Amino acid sequence: MVGRLATVVRRLSLGLGLAASVVAGGVVAIGAANAASEAAQPAKAESKAPIVIGHYGSLTGAEATFGQSTSEGIRLAIKELNASGGIDGRMVELKEYDTKGDPKEANLAVTRLVKSDKVVAVLGEVASGLSLAAAPVCQKAGVPMISPSSTNVRVTKVGDMIFRVCFIDPFQGLACAKFASENLKATKAAMLYDQKAPYSVDLAKEFKKAFEKMGGKVVAEQTYSGGDGDFTAQLTNIAASKPEVLFVPGYYTDVGNIALQVRKLGITCPMLGGDGWDSEQLGKTAGKAIEGSFYSNHYAPDQPDEQVKQFISKYQSAYGGKTPDGLAALGYDAANILFDAMKRAKSTDGKPLRDAIAATKDFKAVTGTITIDQNRDAKKSAVIVEMKGDPLGPKFKARVEP
Amino acid sequence: MSGELQQLVPTMMPSAARALLKGVALPVASALVLGLVMQFVVGPAIGAYPASVALQVGISVMLAVSLNIVNGYTGQFSIGHAGFFAVGAYVGAGISYYAALSGIDPASGQQPSQALSNGAWLVWNDGQNFLFSYGEWRMILASIVGGCVAAGLGYIVGLPSLRLRGDYLAIVTLGFGEITRVLLTQTKPQIFDRDELAATHAKDWVIPPMGGATGFSDIPAYASLMWVWFFVAVMIFFAYRVKQSSTGRALLSIREDEIAARSMGVNITKYKVRAFVLAAGLAGLAGSLYAHTGQVIRPQEAGFQRSFEVIIFVVLGGMGSISGVVLAAIILSILPEALRDLSEYRLIVYALLLILMMIVRPKGLFGVREIWEFWPFTRAKKSEKKVITP
Repeated sequence: MVGRLATVVRRLSLGLGLAASVVAGGVVAIGAANAASEAAQPAKAESKAPIVIGHYGSLTGAEATFGQSTSEGIRLAIKELNASGGIDGRMVELKEYDTKGDPKEANLAVTRLVKSDKVVAVLGEVASGLSLAAAPVCQKAGVPMISPSSTNVRVTKVGDMIFRVCFIDPFQGLACAKFASENLKATKAAMLYDQKAPYSVDLAKEFKKAFEKMGGKVVAEQTYSGGDGDFTAQLTNIAASKPEVLFVPGYYTDVGNIALQVRKLGITCPMLGGDGWDSEQLGKTAGKAIEGSFYSNHYAPDQPDEQVKQFISKYQSAYGGKTPDGLAALGYDAANILFDAMKRAKSTDGKPLRDAIAATKDFKAVTGTITIDQNRDAKKSAVIVEMKGDPLGPKFKARVEP
Repeated sequence: MSGELQQLVPTMMPSAARALLKGVALPVASALVLGLVMQFVVGPAIGAYPASVALQVGISVMLAVSLNIVNGYTGQFSIGHAGFFAVGAYVGAGISYYAALSGIDPASGQQPSQALSNGAWLVWNDGQNFLFSYGEWRMILASIVGGCVAAGLGYIVGLPSLRLRGDYLAIVTLGFGEITRVLLTQTKPQIFDRDELAATHAKDWVIPPMGGATGFSDIPAYASLMWVWFFVAVMIFFAYRVKQSSTGRALLSIREDEIAARSMGVNITKYKVRAFVLAAGLAGLAGSLYAHTGQVIRPQEAGFQRSFEVIIFVVLGGMGSISGVVLAAIILSILPEALRDLSEYRLIVYALLLILMMIVRPKGLFGVREIWEFWPFTRAKKSEKKVITP
């Protein structure tokens, strides 16, 4: 009995000990790498040391173009800042991690940025679900976080360290409803939204509320699941209700397919959507089917503003003639608002930096004039663009003020 | 059972007490030691980021150990494990979150995320609560409830479907995971306001307000290294005991040859359901702990991607080898983090390493054996051990 007990204990302790030591070994390896990178950064007292900021985004995965565009915008802003002498002579450096579109990864990536890389501020994410997973880490550590394009209301409610430079979902829904009712003179709207994406659900809800307030009527309401291939059933129902506008607040990954099937089923009314449409891919997938449809966005490349023209020419020279999308512009703006705050704060500590970001007023950004309100959200206008022209792309149509 | 100990303490220690000591007290005590070591020695030593990696590693290990009971011991191919994980996560999170929300003091002026996590001494260390305060106990209770609900679901799903074999079972379990995911997207929006919560009636809870597609956020972060690794150790002990028990032998015999097992009097369906229920319950417990690590949980947790992640742990560890799947789960959870510096190429390198491991060790790290069978000083004794090899 004693002998057997001892054997069991020995075996189990071997197993457990091994497990624990592998974990310890693995994490110590990561820890050592971090320690090395920490050691490589000179102490804060040295005034000319670079300022490190962090960015986390989906650089791989289904929404990879979101993270990549944002990253390009941020890098452009940093390049410009460093070329003009940095912040009080200190250069800015970017640490960037991939989230794969997974909240668990977002949480770990930001923990790494904040705790190991000791960044002074964090930029990211595009998708609201991921921003929500990472924001508590920044809040707890006292590091300001600016989300370039998470439009869900909850994100900035996590705490006083969390900001955003885009408009929020209620406003985007309102802008779409206003455009549908005032510019398109529509009274009957149909909605088709992605029940899996919170962004899509919220937008549909806000659109319906605003549209009905303006005297319109939502005559059909259908849902799909992101990644579906066949929308015939939903669209047949929608066609039967004869809408004057079809509101599809989904992501570009699905909207292209939807547009093709909409036209195939003989629905001729214009489609209307949110900033989730904003990708080069949309025109490529849908082609003619998407022509004459509208979506609300943060900016339009052909907008007649000086800021926009400058940004586009700089972006094109940096990235081989590519036209920046809204997310690139927002990434650029988020970084610039952060740099502006750093210059005013004269410090990179969490508290003064936070206060400086909160005090941002009438900042002339690419995506409009930005004022940070008391909820740490951006007050700014939305732009409605139309898909048209050759090559097919978003063209400026109208501006909707808050 | 040898007579040594009985001679030593003939009357002082009845067999029930001895069984209790050996079966419960000893494992729990060593699990507690591992938990405390992880919390107070390893955690501070490795720093905050590696510590949060270690937290997720713990969750992965639990998932791997639980799935191993079905896919490993019993040889059934279940690919809906994430469904049970998600059910446990949602149930546990629901209990903890709404209990915490109803207890928030609006006058405290704290940020909601912080106020919600009051009562977690190990996480916030606000000096107000001594070791193991109410929030953590609530988490454990919620996790056990979550595990029980998942186990119950495992029974309901398992009873009809485990009469199926191979591909058919895989399809049914896959379907279960996807159904869970879709059902979770249909839950109502989360309630963030205390007064709004107080105004709800029982009928509002028929479809629970768990965030739907938006995901369930602001879950109190009560789970610390201590609790996660405590449960990891308890689960490993549990899985080991199950494997050594008569149930375990029956499960292994089903894996080796169903017809032979049946001819020996093993009730195949009953044992398969038993394995399924155990695995589901443990996955539910792991899910609830995961929800308490400061995460946003989304219906996608129930999707097949997460199920496959766990299957990879089990296959690479060696079907049925506890130490193998534990090791595989640890390595494969740390790997993506350790490869972060490679940025976009990270997932390619990860996949290449998976392929490489499969080529080098096609039966998994340890095959069907345990690690101590490879230990030099236990090898001599192997003759007396009953090893079931395929």
